[in-house]
Amino acid sequence: MTVIDVKGPTVGAGQVGRSMRRVDADEKLRGEAQYVGDIVIPGMLHGKVLRSPVPRARIVSMDTAAAATMPGVVAILTGDDLLDIDPFWGHAIKDRPIVAIGMVRFVGEPVAAVAAVDETTAEAAVKAIVVEYEDLPVVGTLDEALAPDAPLVHDGPTRPGLFHGLGTLPERDGNVCYRYRIGTDEVDPIFETAEVVVEGTYEFPGVYQYAMETHGVVAQVDGTGITLWATCQHPFLVRAEIAALFDVPLGKVRIHVPYLGGGFGSKSYTKMEPITVALARKAGRPVRIVNRVDESMVTTRRHNARTWMRTAATSDGRLLAREARVWFDTGAYADNGPRVTATGGDAAPGPYRWSAMRVDALCVYTNTAPSGSYRAFGASHLQWVGELQVDEVARTVGMDPVEIRRLNLARPGDEVRRGGKPLDADLVGDVEKVADALGWDRPRDADTGRGLSVGLLAAGAHPVSSAVVRMETDGDVVVLVGSTEMGQGQRTAMAQIAAEVLAMPAERVRCQGTDTRFTPYDRSTGASRSTTLAGLAVQKAAAEVREDLLDIAALVWPHPVASIELRDGAARCGGESRTYPELIARRFGLSGGQLTGEADVHPQGTGSYAEGPVFWEVCIAAAEVHVDRATGQVTVRRTATIADVGKAINPQLVERQDEGATMQGIGNALFEEMVYADGILLNDNLLEYRVPTIEDLPAHSTCVIVENGDGPGPFGAKGCGEGAFAGIIGAIATAVADAGVPVRELPLTPERVWRSIQEMQEDHR
Amino acid sequence: MRVHLTLNGRPTELDVAPSDLLLDVLRDRLGLTGGKRSCDVQVCGACTVLVDGGPVSSCTYLAAEAHGRQVMTIEGFRETPAFDQIADAFARHAALQCGFCTTALVLTTHALLEEGELTDEASIRHGLSGNLCRCTGYRAILEAVADLAGAEASA
Repeated sequence: MTVIDVKGPTVGAGQVGRSMRRVDADEKLRGEAQYVGDIVIPGMLHGKVLRSPVPRARIVSMDTAAAATMPGVVAILTGDDLLDIDPFWGHAIKDRPIVAIGMVRFVGEPVAAVAAVDETTAEAAVKAIVVEYEDLPVVGTLDEALAPDAPLVHDGPTRPGLFHGLGTLPERDGNVCYRYRIGTDEVDPIFETAEVVVEGTYEFPGVYQYAMETHGVVAQVDGTGITLWATCQHPFLVRAEIAALFDVPLGKVRIHVPYLGGGFGSKSYTKMEPITVALARKAGRPVRIVNRVDESMVTTRRHNARTWMRTAATSDGRLLAREARVWFDTGAYADNGPRVTATGGDAAPGPYRWSAMRVDALCVYTNTAPSGSYRAFGASHLQWVGELQVDEVARTVGMDPVEIRRLNLARPGDEVRRGGKPLDADLVGDVEKVADALGWDRPRDADTGRGLSVGLLAAGAHPVSSAVVRMETDGDVVVLVGSTEMGQGQRTAMAQIAAEVLAMPAERVRCQGTDTRFTPYDRSTGASRSTTLAGLAVQKAAAEVREDLLDIAALVWPHPVASIELRDGAARCGGESRTYPELIARRFGLSGGQLTGEADVHPQGTGSYAEGPVFWEVCIAAAEVHVDRATGQVTVRRTATIADVGKAINPQLVERQDEGATMQGIGNALFEEMVYADGILLNDNLLEYRVPTIEDLPAHSTCVIVENGDGPGPFGAKGCGEGAFAGIIGAIATAVADAGVPVRELPLTPERVWRSIQEMQEDHR
Repeated sequence: MRVHLTLNGRPTELDVAPSDLLLDVLRDRLGLTGGKRSCDVQVCGACTVLVDGGPVSSCTYLAAEAHGRQVMTIEGFRETPAFDQIADAFARHAALQCGFCTTALVLTTHALLEEGELTDEASIRHGLSGNLCRCTGYRAILEAVADLAGAEASA
């Protein structure tokens, strides 16, 4: 789909391309930035959720009598309170009840909720609710879900959600809730005759995004409608889902989004909003629910996945064909599983010039926590697998990993998904840059390995964003845009884009959080889309204000508009100048007024997934690792990433995005894993689920910013921040393989690596 | 029970239950929300406050234990001259993103600088290993704190 590509005025104001101080730095450093958990509204109660202790069971009975009579308890929500609405939600598949109705499907599923005067009372009341469960056979793993006689996690018909965006959803097939197939049968004869074929099965772990701020919601339901303060990346989609669920008009649902304490996809789409609204509705008073970490861990997680893949090549290293089957474990409810499955399917072939390829990706229900979005989903699951096979081919034919990629990578303009947007990046150039940055040809120490990985991520989601830019009487500017500041620096980037167009310091531009009543529509904050799409809307809206300023200036000076220049917050003509406040006063008089610009970005085609993506996000990284062969310990010594951003609006923040993604990728590749046994999560806390600390920071890391001006966003920009995540997982996996350790399963824990080394040595005996 | 403490430089008297956690008392009763709750098990450090100048995880520290002690939260520390230098270094290096761990890192950095414990990169890595940050990947934090400590940081 082509995004409207208005080349906004580039006036060289120097606001875009400078590493300005984050506009939110002071608030955050001073502890003044507000998050949902800091918000208290008059009359607010505290909510706690009773969660299922068993993975799959029928609810035989529930007794809330003791809890209801506890002093301080105001309301208890159960399935019986939802008889007046259709209580099922889910943006992809409407498979999920607000609280369990009749049965539970995973450990941690909400069964009831209590609103009380304080958290301690609510917690005590939750414990006083007595539920009798009749245990049912558990579908705990992909193998159990795919067995011919597997119990069904869901047995009703598939009901499409509001935003699956993937065409007609197929009917559920056993426990398979979605299937994405691309490619052709032309692969078969190629594999029959190819000189080199590599093949393997690979396991990717389920992991927890761990936004340090857990999911939280304040909900108020009264005569004016439903008002929320929520940790949501996509407030406008949540608004639509809440309106549909509680059967009220869109305009009667109002969502405020303050700062988010990290998102990474865990706060995309709807999460804790429905249960909080239902509880507030029952209580008749505002309610705040803030998850504990163990609750957020089972609210959404990243899919574990199994991939079978084979790759065919010639003996001189030309890649011919690839085939993959992928099974994504989406847990008990689909969440964003269908989209993750499609994006993973697209990432499976990798950006090479295949003669043929075939991918079959399946999204599978199990009785585990629902799986959804996490930074670079799909690409993170598949890229490391494909890149291990490219390197295996290279080793077999005696080629350098850089060389085999140079030979086979897609070139700009090549089709990388049938019917979709052609490749819009110089991958060969990027690979050469990342290899240089890592020091590919430097001499190496013993027991080290080097790896690099290349991939693409379908980015941008659906191209709908809008913005309002207002210049106040004093010349300061307010930007209203619905993308969420969750740490990525969105407010800073929007300020710089508006300031560039308006030729004024970005320090005088303010950008606030969303209030859906006043902030114009934005589809979502994810898929690396904000700078590209919301940024484009801001650029266009600011251009309208710029036109206004020039119109007024043309009244001041009787010259052609072309001879008037906007610079440093003033219009200039000949030797004279008028500041913006002077121009505004000229139009409105001394009492003041506002200049307002408004614009949107929308799809040009049908907007279907197949026509996309908005842009291909480049996922390229390289790593050098050391493997301790006695203990299996892998240490990442050096990393390099490519931020192929078209144009860096704020170079420092671009680098910081890659650094953050790199560290999350290191955790995902080396030690993070949600460990399940029989549907029970064994490590539901941060003592047993370890995330990276500063001590895991590699000794050296480099981010190379590539600015080819080839993005569809403002000033030629395109998004970043996710690519390095998929890239670094692939780079670490290929580096460990380069060190002589077979890699088939992540994370590469010392035990797993040590066992691989032992098995290999036994094979050689 | 009655607790007397010095909170952000002011003598303060509080009625607390023996089981009340310092973090809850600060956030819910006193409105000092600059410190954050996250892991609840003393791993993430987002709830860090200074007690008698040293960093403690207020999510696992009883309010009663603060009796007779000096407690400093970000709301107090930001009014001191030492804050400005640390804040400036963090802002210059963009050593913050979502901000949820930021006040804790500022307080911890201050305490370690005061104690002279930050002398080189290894000591910074060790000193800050109890403060998780999921956004920055730590490179920027290492650079900012190395700058403050006058130490060399790898790149």
